Amino acid sequence: MPKVISKQQITPVTRKYVIAAPLIAHSAKPGQFVIVRVREGGERIPLTIADYDAKAGTVTIVVQEVGATTHMLSQIEEGGEILDMLGPLGEPAHIPAGGHTVGVGGGYGAAALTCIMREATARGDKTTLIMGARTKDLLILEDELRRACTNVEVCTDDGSKGFKGFVTERLGQLIEGQGPGRPDRVVAIGPMGMMQAVAEVTRPFDIPTFVSMDPVMVDGTGMCGGCRITVGGEQRFACVDGPMFDGHQVDFAEAVRRRKMYVKEEKLAVTCQRAHEGGE
Amino acid sequence: MPVKRIDKTAMPERNAKQRARDFSEVNEGYRYEHALFEAERCLRCQDPVCVEGCPVRVPIDKFIHRVAARDLAGAAQILRDANPLSSICGRVCPQEMQCEKNCHMGARYRPVAIGHLERFVSDWAQGQPLTTNGQAKKPWRAEKVAIVGSGPSGLVCAGELARLGHPVTVFEALHAPGGVLRYGIPEFRLPNRILDAELDGLRRLGVEFVNNVIIGKTLTLDQLFDEMGYSAVFIGTGAGLPKFMNIPGEGLNGVYSANEFLTRINLMQASSFPHVDTPVEVGKRVAVIGSGNTAMDCVRSSLRMGAEEAMVVYRRSEKEMSARVEEYHHAIEEGVKFLWLNNPVEVMGDDKGWVTGLKCMKMELGAPDDSGRARPVPIKGSEFVIPVDTVVLAIGTTPNPLLTRANKDIRTTKWGGLMVDEGTGETSRRRVYAGGDAVTGAATVILAAGAGKRAATAIHEDLVKEAQPV
Repeated sequence: MPKVISKQQITPVTRKYVIAAPLIAHSAKPGQFVIVRVREGGERIPLTIADYDAKAGTVTIVVQEVGATTHMLSQIEEGGEILDMLGPLGEPAHIPAGGHTVGVGGGYGAAALTCIMREATARGDKTTLIMGARTKDLLILEDELRRACTNVEVCTDDGSKGFKGFVTERLGQLIEGQGPGRPDRVVAIGPMGMMQAVAEVTRPFDIPTFVSMDPVMVDGTGMCGGCRITVGGEQRFACVDGPMFDGHQVDFAEAVRRRKMYVKEEKLAVTCQRAHEGGE
Repeated sequence: MPVKRIDKTAMPERNAKQRARDFSEVNEGYRYEHALFEAERCLRCQDPVCVEGCPVRVPIDKFIHRVAARDLAGAAQILRDANPLSSICGRVCPQEMQCEKNCHMGARYRPVAIGHLERFVSDWAQGQPLTTNGQAKKPWRAEKVAIVGSGPSGLVCAGELARLGHPVTVFEALHAPGGVLRYGIPEFRLPNRILDAELDGLRRLGVEFVNNVIIGKTLTLDQLFDEMGYSAVFIGTGAGLPKFMNIPGEGLNGVYSANEFLTRINLMQASSFPHVDTPVEVGKRVAVIGSGNTAMDCVRSSLRMGAEEAMVVYRRSEKEMSARVEEYHHAIEEGVKFLWLNNPVEVMGDDKGWVTGLKCMKMELGAPDDSGRARPVPIKGSEFVIPVDTVVLAIGTTPNPLLTRANKDIRTTKWGGLMVDEGTGETSRRRVYAGGDAVTGAATVILAAGAGKRAATAIHEDLVKEAQPV
């Protein structure tokens, strides 16, 4: 079973795990994900590979505690094991090279940009990462991300650090030529609403925009079709055709709605979990 | 007990009302006296045509004679040698289209219940104490073989190669082995304990199972050959990609592919939610589109998940239905409704995006189409809406393209099936073999088992020929 080599709390609800998974680390490419299950009877959930090190045989994932499974994951300490981990899944990100590549990371989504941005920088792109959070304590992995990019633009809603405002506002300024300048392409990873907003900002300027979709999945191998999303009017499976898609073509309204299909059950699972933990 | 030899010995079944609310097995299995009586019904034909009806040519006459002679161990041995998955095939084979269709008893009376007898003997054998100490056998040959996928074809191929002395590793993408036997066929038709017993048997033969590895992603075929030292690979990746109808409303909440619906219930055990973490949304009224065994599994599972009304919607008529007769009868007994000659044209939803109904068009049967079945023709202006909360599409699957996308040297047909040599199962890439649904498209367990067995023989001959040059 994959072993947790290191675990680091990076915000009150977000943790970074470095996990020994040599086969996955050896095959992983930027933009791919893993499916994880943490207990017998547990759910299979997709988690983006934030980073990987083929030599060390490790993959890095950043997890925000949102439901029953991510809560159980948060209980696994260094030296502990993850019951099941399958990957790398999905198509690697195919980001055209050259010019100015701008990443936009919202919340823990910024972590998923680590290896994508590093690869873009390494091949000679000018790279800028716009990372945002509500307040400065919720910004994640800033040092790692600075090492991976030419520029980092920090945004906070409350102005506690960097630009005061949303990542989309700063992105708009870049498009107007401010700061590191107009992007030739944008890669956005974060909450569905943020990715949609980014796609709307870039659409009038025809700036190619890639978004990483994370719908509900079961197997992650193309078998269940639960992760289907509509892209340019066509049905695609996020697990095998994605997770990266053209942000201007994605039907976000449908994707957001499908993401909420099990909200009721997710709440029930968390309630049961709390009751169970309280009883111990 | 039947009183006359002309009657087929009925399979003891659980009461329909009761069983339709839980996942325990419907068929209770023959008792010893049932089996003896049924075996006595066999006419002992000089030319056992039943065997010709079996895709893997199980010596049906011989095993039934052993049962009649009260030699269950002998019968079990015959079955085990001929079909390593007999406890499963005895439950899920469409016998009425195969062995039992040919039975001479069927000409005037009901055919001998070959499937029920196969199940009885295999279950008896599973219940016997082990003759070995339970330790896995050690392979004695050097040439290692990798099996990709742990469904029926892969399991049989693995078992046969292990018997021939090869070290065998089965790679499974999911967290538990069995493929469609695990995620697809529900407990009430094929209990997990039966599958687990078959898997344990394979482990004792020396077969090694590795879960959570997807060939083409985690490892490549090249890595299997070059870095891990495998001499041959068998691909049994099945037909796991669900088809959708591409009608409006398929993206609504409450629409499932049969694969997702069954995987949530079977592999992820959603019937135990919230004790397990994976839910499934089953509304009060459920419509399942399609008419195969998978459609029957979905519609009967939805009753067991608490649906008040569950129905099958099919664009053709009862005559064209492709499910096993037994599943169809069981579904009727359990209260499933059948809406024949209705073609779904749209899934209707509310403003929150949840399913509220299925819009269908009435159909009538026209001239035969390419498949030889009467072509359903829409009746103009006949649209109507069936109010439902959940829609499950059980209209078929195609081979999963993950592995062939990563290996362009393995040639596929237009519809994505792997192209293989008919005799050996070898693909366009040397030493890479394939069989089962990945080659044929969605078919039966027994056909996949047969393909796995043939490929195992070919792989063994191929590898041995090289090991001992003439």
